[in-house]
Amino acid sequence: MIRVAVRRKAFGATDVLRDIAFTLDPGETLAVLGPSGIGKSTLLRLIAGIDHDFDGEITRPERMAMVFQEPTLLLWRTALQNLTLVHPDLGDTAALAALGQVGIADKADLFPRQMSLGQQRRLALARAFAGRPQLLMLDEPFVSLDHDMAEEMLALTEALIAGARPATILVTHSEAEAGRLASRVLRLAGRPATILADSGARSKTPPPPRLGAA
Amino acid sequence: MRLLSLGALLAVWIVAAGLTADPMILPQPWALVQPFAKAVGSGALPFHLGMTLWRVAWAFVLAMAVGTALGLLMGRYPSVDRWLDPWLVVFLNLPALVLIVLCYLWIGLNETAAITAVVLNKIPNVTTILREGARALDPGLAAMSQVYRMPPLARLRHVVLPQLAPFLTGAARSGLAVIWKIVLVVEFLGRSNGIGFQIHMFFQLFNVTMVLVYALSFILVMLAVEWLFLQPAEIRVRRWRLA
Repeated sequence: MIRVAVRRKAFGATDVLRDIAFTLDPGETLAVLGPSGIGKSTLLRLIAGIDHDFDGEITRPERMAMVFQEPTLLLWRTALQNLTLVHPDLGDTAALAALGQVGIADKADLFPRQMSLGQQRRLALARAFAGRPQLLMLDEPFVSLDHDMAEEMLALTEALIAGARPATILVTHSEAEAGRLASRVLRLAGRPATILADSGARSKTPPPPRLGAA
Repeated sequence: MRLLSLGALLAVWIVAAGLTADPMILPQPWALVQPFAKAVGSGALPFHLGMTLWRVAWAFVLAMAVGTALGLLMGRYPSVDRWLDPWLVVFLNLPALVLIVLCYLWIGLNETAAITAVVLNKIPNVTTILREGARALDPGLAAMSQVYRMPPLARLRHVVLPQLAPFLTGAARSGLAVIWKIVLVVEFLGRSNGIGFQIHMFFQLFNVTMVLVYALSFILVMLAVEWLFLQPAEIRVRRWRLA
């Protein structure tokens, strides 16, 4: 169970997020929708534990994975090492299998710069799933892609999520992506941003957020 | 190519020596061979060369270690940078000679003072370069290694150091060149052995031949270090860019 309760997040004197609370069950896929600049990525960074500077509490699982807007690879290590160094428990065989799942097993010994951008993005996806994440976070992963490549990556991501069934949070401004990948949609709006609507809100409400950082 | 370029330098020397036609002022290159062999045979040259190399090695290791640590701190923490930056500017602009004389005056005419003087001369330089390196670290990769909970040592080795590698090799190469020159000055002013001391002695005897023998033998050693260690190391860490 992932429990998010953000009372307040500010950059300097500007409040960005206010009273955002929801829970996520294992295997559930949630899309966080809202216009650009509303604070979706900020929220995701709080959930991922990259940014700890906020009021509230977040309960997150042990194994997490994130797919960023950019591939964010270790350019100085081979494709295979990009998996085995990030996941030390992963053997070479398992890492090769993970590359095979995204269709780049033959690129194992290449450096990322020797691969096409599409292959680099596949490698980033393989890295995310290789750690058998309990929580997968996708931060506008298709935003900078042209239509064909976005479609290709979307289909691949869909298939991988269906196979591994992690709890998934997808941050996006595209209704189409949200509808395709997510079973539940959380809409953010306002300034500071709050939850406008939660399509999958169940009767049990999350506990009220308490003061003090998680 | 390198040999050709060095050969051209040698040709200039031969022509210049021919024009001055006074071996007291500039002897021909081949006139150095015999004094060189004699200095090696007597053990004097290897001894003084060894002393200088030992000081260079110490100063290099200390300056790189302290300079890297300071540079990373200043690059990562703006508050530290605000405090230390004026110091950096002062030390960067302090003439090497002033630091050397002050170290000898305050610490005494000993090895500690000699090495301290060289290290203090070099640290600001390493710090400036590594501060740029720390500022250039990719925040996206830092976030990635954090989300995936990479162990701290793996983060350092596979995420941080490869990004710093060009800055580290740059600091090392320019560092070595500066350090050995300052070591010679330090020896010239206040040590009783080393290449700098020997040059001081032959300078007072107005023996150009021996000054050249000692200076050139050290230059040869440094060229060997550059070509055998530094450049291959640089090529190795740059492999992924060239691939």
